[in-house]
Amino acid sequence: MSGIGVETRLTRKFAQIASDSRGGLITFLTAGDPTPSISRDLLSRLPAAGADIIELGMPFSDPMADGPAIQAASQRALKSGATLKGTLRMVRDFRQEDSQTPIILMGYFNPIYQYGSQKFVNDAYSSGVDGLIIVDLPPEEDEELCHPALTAGLHWIRLVTPTTDHKRLISVLQNTSGFVYYVSITGITGTRSADPETVKKAITQLREMTDLPLAVGFGIKSSEQVYTINEFADAAVVGSALVDTIRANLDDSGQPTAELCDNVIEFVQDLASGTVRT
Amino acid sequence: MPTNSAKPESYRSGPDETGHFGMFGGRFVAETLMPLILEVEEAYNQAQIDPSFQSDFDFFAEHYIGRPSPLYFAESLTQELGGARIYFKRDELNHTGAHKINNTLGQILLARRMGKKRIIAETGAGQHGVATATVCALFDLPCVVYMGSTDIERQAPNVFRMKLLGAEVIPVESGTATLKDAMNEALRDWVANVEDTFYIIGTVAGPHPYPAMVRDFQSVIGREVKEQILKAENRFPDVLVACIGGGSNAMGLFHPFLDDNLRIIGVEAAGLGVDSGKHAASLTGGMPGVLHGNRTYLLQDSDGQIIDAHSISAGLDYPGIGPEHSWLNDVGRVEYVSVTDSEALDAFQLCCRTEGIIPALEPAHALAHVAKIAPTLDKDILIVMNMCGRGDKDVFTVARALGVEL
Repeated sequence: MSGIGVETRLTRKFAQIASDSRGGLITFLTAGDPTPSISRDLLSRLPAAGADIIELGMPFSDPMADGPAIQAASQRALKSGATLKGTLRMVRDFRQEDSQTPIILMGYFNPIYQYGSQKFVNDAYSSGVDGLIIVDLPPEEDEELCHPALTAGLHWIRLVTPTTDHKRLISVLQNTSGFVYYVSITGITGTRSADPETVKKAITQLREMTDLPLAVGFGIKSSEQVYTINEFADAAVVGSALVDTIRANLDDSGQPTAELCDNVIEFVQDLASGTVRT
Repeated sequence: MPTNSAKPESYRSGPDETGHFGMFGGRFVAETLMPLILEVEEAYNQAQIDPSFQSDFDFFAEHYIGRPSPLYFAESLTQELGGARIYFKRDELNHTGAHKINNTLGQILLARRMGKKRIIAETGAGQHGVATATVCALFDLPCVVYMGSTDIERQAPNVFRMKLLGAEVIPVESGTATLKDAMNEALRDWVANVEDTFYIIGTVAGPHPYPAMVRDFQSVIGREVKEQILKAENRFPDVLVACIGGGSNAMGLFHPFLDDNLRIIGVEAAGLGVDSGKHAASLTGGMPGVLHGNRTYLLQDSDGQIIDAHSISAGLDYPGIGPEHSWLNDVGRVEYVSVTDSEALDAFQLCCRTEGIIPALEPAHALAHVAKIAPTLDKDILIVMNMCGRGDKDVFTVARALGVEL
C-alpha cells in the first residue's frame, strides 16, 4: 500500500545522523506562532542552528494531548490568522531554500478532516512535507488518514507510550514508518520529565520489535537532557521548552520583541550541543 | 460531506464493534488512552452480562435516586395549549434534581468493579459535576471536577454544592474556559493518571464505549415511560420530545422507543438564533467533525477550529452532540429542531404558572417546542416530554434575563 520510497529525506537524515555517530535533534514549532512572518523566519533558521528534523504543529482550538505551553502557542497562532492552508504554504516556502531538512506535521485530525483527507495528503506531499503525526488517530482509525498518507508517499509516525503493551505494540508498529516517537511519560506535553533509566529500558525493548529509528519526546527541556536521551535513542524531541522561549520573548501586550528570533535560535543551538556523543 | 446512512433493520442495534453509528462515533484518542478505553469497554461488556451489576444499579436507582420517577399528566398545560395531551417524565424529581445521576451511578459502579481509586469529571452547568460528586461521596472515592472558569462564575451555587460533597473543583482557564475546555482538561488529567483514575463522562459523547454506555444507563428513563404510559393510557405515546446539549436525557428517553411507530423530536438550543452565530445547535448549524474522541456534528469554522456554543442554558452550551444523535439525524429517524433563548424563557414561565413546576432551562427548551406543536395536534394525541431537570439552579439566570434584580 505504501507509496513511500526506500530512501526519503527522513531516512537519509537518520542515516546521516548515525554515520556522524551522534544523536539527532527534533525541534517543534507551532506554525504561525506568534505571527506568520516570525514563524517563517524561525523555521528557515532552524536547520543551521542544529535542528535535524522539524516538527511543525498545525494549530488547533482544542489540543487535548498538549500542556499549557503548546496550547498557548496554538492560541497565539490562531489569533494571528493561522490556517492549515497557511501551514502548507509555509512548508512550500521553506522548501525553496532547504531541500534536505525533513518536516513532519503534527496535530489533530479535525482541521485535516475539514480540509479533506485525500486532498490534504496530496497537498502536503507536493508542498514538501515528509511525514505526519496525528495525535488523535490510533491504529483503530487507520482508514481515516494513515492509509491515504502512506499511499501518497508520506511517512506515518506513531506515538508509542508507556501504556502501550506488547500486544498493542504489534498493531501500533504495523503502519508506522520513518521513525517511532516514544512518549516518555504518561501525560501531556511540557509537564514532567521521565527518569532516563526507565526510558532507556523501554527503548531497549522497542529495539527488539522494530528496526525503525527511535525518537524520544515529552519533558525534554535542555541540552543535558538531549544528551542523556541520545545515549540510547536516535533523536530527542524538544517542543514545549522551545515554544516557551517564544512566549518569554513576548512583551506585556503579547507582541514579539526584537530579540525573539535570536533568542529562540540561540536556545536551539544550545540544545544541539547535546547531540554530540562523547 | 459524505454520510453513509443506509436505513438499518433496527435503530437500536448500534454501535458496531468499532464503536460507530454509521459514520459517527469511533475512538479518536491519543495512544496513551487507547489501552484504557479498551479496558473500560471490556469491563462494561462484562458488567452487562453480570446480573449483580444490574441489581446493584437497580437497588441504588430505587433507594438512593428515587426511581422510578413519575410520569405525570400535565392537565393544566394541556388545557392551556388546547391540543395534544402532554405528559412530563419527572426526572427532575431525582436526587440531585436532574437525570444526570442515572449515569454517574452506573459509571461509578463500573469504576468500582475495575478497582479504580480516583474519579474525574467535566461539568458545564454543574449538574453532572454535582451528580458525580454525590456518588463519589456515597462510595467514598476522591473526586476532581473540571469546570470552565466562565461557568464557575455563572453557576456559583453548584460549585459550592460540589465542594460540600467533598469534590475538588478545578477552574479551567484554557481555550474559552467553558464546557469543551473542561472536557479537554479532564482528558489531559486522564492521560496523566491512567493507572488509578476513571473518567465519568457526563453525556452520550466521547470515545466508544462512552456514548453507548451513557445511553444504556439513561435508558432507564424510556423503559419506565413504556410501562407507565401503558398503565395510564393503555397505549404508547405518539410523540416524544426532549432537549439536547450532548443529548443524554434525550437518548435515554428515545432509545427504548426507536423501533416503535411514533414521532421523536430532539430540541437543540438556538441561543440568539441559528443565523446569529450565537447558538448551540450542532445539528441545525454544524458540520461533521472529530472532537473529544468521536466523530459527530460540531460547531466549527471552515478550517476545522471549534466555535464556542451559546445558550442561556449552560447545560446545552456544548459545540457538539452525541454521535448516535448525528446518526439518527442523518438516517431521518429523529426530527431535530431548535428553540431560542427567548422561546425557552417564555416556556419556563408558562410551566411555572400553569403547572407549579419550575423547570430547568434545559427542558424549558423541550417545553417551548411542545408549546409550538401541541395546539396544532388533535386532543387524542399523546406527547411525552422529558422534564430532565429542575430550575432552582437557574433562577438567577432567569431573573437577570427578565431584568429583575434579586
